[in-house]
Amino acid sequence: MAGTAVLGRLTWQVAEVVDVVTETPRVKTIALDVPDWPGHLPGQHVDIRLTAEDGYQAQRSYSIASAPDSSALELTVEYIADGEVSPYLTEELRPGDRFELRGPVGGYFVWEPSRGGPLLLVAGGSGVVPLMAMLRHRVSSRAEVPTTLLLSSRGWDDVIYRDELEELSMDGIRVVHTLTRSQPDGWTGYSRRVDGDMLRELGPTPGERPHAYVCGPTPFVEAVATSLVELGHEPVCIRTERFGPTGG
Amino acid sequence: MSPIISRGFRGRRRDDGQADRVPPGQYTTDDFPVLSAGPTPHVALDEWDFTIVGEVDELRRWSWDEFRELPSEEVTVDIHCVTKWSKLDTLWEGVPIETLLEGVETAAEYAVAFCDGGYTTNLPLADIVDGKAWVAFAYDGEPLDPEHGGPARLLVPHLYFWKSAKWVRGLQLTSTDEPGFWESNGYHLYGDPWREQRYWGD
Repeated sequence: MAGTAVLGRLTWQVAEVVDVVTETPRVKTIALDVPDWPGHLPGQHVDIRLTAEDGYQAQRSYSIASAPDSSALELTVEYIADGEVSPYLTEELRPGDRFELRGPVGGYFVWEPSRGGPLLLVAGGSGVVPLMAMLRHRVSSRAEVPTTLLLSSRGWDDVIYRDELEELSMDGIRVVHTLTRSQPDGWTGYSRRVDGDMLRELGPTPGERPHAYVCGPTPFVEAVATSLVELGHEPVCIRTERFGPTGG
Repeated sequence: MSPIISRGFRGRRRDDGQADRVPPGQYTTDDFPVLSAGPTPHVALDEWDFTIVGEVDELRRWSWDEFRELPSEEVTVDIHCVTKWSKLDTLWEGVPIETLLEGVETAAEYAVAFCDGGYTTNLPLADIVDGKAWVAFAYDGEPLDPEHGGPARLLVPHLYFWKSAKWVRGLQLTSTDEPGFWESNGYHLYGDPWREQRYWGD
């Protein structure tokens, strides 16, 4: 599966579900076997196309969670109550099911070790998904890039990839959580929305010229990107990806 | 290849008779999602201008006040984002591009819209005249929000919405079709939603 992303024509391919993993009560990771997958860059997404028995089709885009050198292509999907596609993906799908997929898509919200760092990743909720691909790739490629992940979640049980993030933090990646709605007993971390003070405390400073990647719901991304600019970070060093429940 | 049936997928069909207004692969939303590659730029109106540059007999420039004195029109259009959402019957107010190009002498056949924040997108000139495109400054009767491209954005509703460049500051007229920002990052050079021209090679 390792390989360089091919920027040619994107044809529809058949993906077969090999595993469905529960990440949080609302979020599942779907591991896929895509025989002719051309490879991808961390941060890219795929389009998927579902077809009902009567031929009706629906398409959506989902960020890739797995690193380029992973054995399976993984998508992490959040359940959206009134969504058309995400309830199917998170509640119905099981190993052996198949659907169509094409990609990878997107050449801007990507990070490769050759871009260097420091790396500042800021995520709201499932906005962590494309950033996780970057983190996983940083580890598997043994890139020595100072890396900070600031992840905003509603509560401790809503933290996507919680155990793996714990392991990453032993691996030299600084993982910082903020829990905006509820905190476990004895919580000493942040318990408010990401703001300028938090970003200043954490660093890196604008003088270190970090590459910032911000992903989450639109109001989150607007607030974080604006705060980073106000702190003195160059707008060109801040890459954003936004999504909301309408993506469901 | 016959389509792969997704076991147990039923989907949600439109039942309001509007299905023929939604291009292939799109779904409708009542929200107004935001997509941009970087932070939202904020420009003071007294520093804003709109220029037409490139292959023109002479540069054209409007300050914000001059731009707002140009005749504008209200339009109700359907918009289609390459990320799959479509929004029907959106109400805009803007200055038609042909008003801005009036009296401009050029042999150019293409335009590159340029914007605060460095974003660019390319368009054939024929696609932005004759009532097909506007520089919009109001949405739903209100001044355009910065996150939706305010103070002014391009509005080219017959193409995917990335062509409707936010925070637009001018047009560079060119004789060749020069890929803009997304067009250099895997997205289609032209972007017709009805032919589902999302990505390179579509």
